[in-house]
Amino acid sequence: MPATMPAETSTEPPDSDGTGALLTYVLRQGDRSMVLAQRLLENLAHSPELEEDMALANVALDLIGQSRLLYTYAGQVEAGGNAEGGSAADPSSQPHDEDHYAYWRPDTAFTNPLLVEQPNGDFAHLITRQFLHDAFAAPYWQAMTASTDNTLAAIAAKAVKETAYHLRHSRGWVVRLGDGTEESHRRMQVAVESLWRFTDELFEHDDVEDRLVRQGVAADPATLAAAWRDTVTSALAEATLDQPSDAHMRSGGRYGRHSEAFSYLIGEMQSVARAHPGASW
Amino acid sequence: MVSGSEQSVAADVGAVRAIVEGVDDPELPHVTIGDLGMVRDVEVLPDGRVIATLTPTYSGCPATEQIRDDVAAALDAAGLDARVEFVLSPPWTTDWITPSGHSKLRAAGIAPPHTAGAGHETRIDLPVACPRCNSRRTRRLGDFGSTACKAPFVCESCREPFELFKAL
Repeated sequence: MPATMPAETSTEPPDSDGTGALLTYVLRQGDRSMVLAQRLLENLAHSPELEEDMALANVALDLIGQSRLLYTYAGQVEAGGNAEGGSAADPSSQPHDEDHYAYWRPDTAFTNPLLVEQPNGDFAHLITRQFLHDAFAAPYWQAMTASTDNTLAAIAAKAVKETAYHLRHSRGWVVRLGDGTEESHRRMQVAVESLWRFTDELFEHDDVEDRLVRQGVAADPATLAAAWRDTVTSALAEATLDQPSDAHMRSGGRYGRHSEAFSYLIGEMQSVARAHPGASW
Repeated sequence: MVSGSEQSVAADVGAVRAIVEGVDDPELPHVTIGDLGMVRDVEVLPDGRVIATLTPTYSGCPATEQIRDDVAAALDAAGLDARVEFVLSPPWTTDWITPSGHSKLRAAGIAPPHTAGAGHETRIDLPVACPRCNSRRTRRLGDFGSTACKAPFVCESCREPFELFKAL
């Protein structure tokens, strides 16, 4: 895909009109998929077996595809061209394309939940991060197929089918390693303990989300939390892993407050596009 | 593939559709995008311009841009002024792969997909017959193959590796 010319902007804070809320919401979802995909790709060629490298690369590709659709839609929303109406932010300008949001925003403009940016550790850590995410993404996209926003519903109808395969895959590993050897069980328990504090943020909601939930555009985080907990509780039980307590939950990702490691991730992801502005390949 | 001739500008929609459907999938060169059920609509406007509407398979399928270019090139070679568009909805499903597509996949050593049906249920656990020897004694090696749409298998009877086109 062609890289766009630099036009560095940060995501606007949620404003009072509907276009701003929708844009914020769409970018949050696009960032969640893009950042997790980027972490998976960092691990490429380091999986325990060749088949797993192929699997994770394909999962990452699905996630990038979902974020591309969301970023493309974000560009239309920002330009005021969304079917939901809303005043045009700047009708004279061309909509930003998908690359704008991936390559030309600073790290602090990304609004993904902290879970998906957590640096890769061992494979237990990577696949636990994936599972905790997929257990959210599956009911999320399922709910979004009923969104009153036609574009989001269409993206969801594709993503829900892909995500079913992702969840099946990551859950299978959680059970296999949790209920595996003494060492694999130990590593899985460490992974679950260290990532648990980032799970609450997946269901956080603010004014942006609440308004869109009322309009039927966004999925209700409360419903998703129940579905997520069912999936996770049953998998951890099957994996003979202990479910951690909910103390010390972290958040801030959706407001651009990220870890130091995140800046390196984004810096690397954007390096080619920024070194060769306007190049296409 | 219909070879280019200048009078094909006024070609009927059936002939134009045949050109579009005859374009090979870049990642599965033994099947066409028609076999895969990716062609949603082909419209010939009164002024002779063509609009071909396709549906992408997977959200992240890297072949999507290539397919757009290949379809545009095929129509251009036939002397047609064409635009290629993609629609997300309704979402592509492997149930749209034609019977001819199933035969071609099998001939290429790829087990065709099971019926996906209306539920978003993954059907990867159903028995899979080896596309070479038809044995049901097959074993899944992973959830994702050389592309997201396939899963690697091995046949315990003839010992050959093969891939399953997963129901989606």
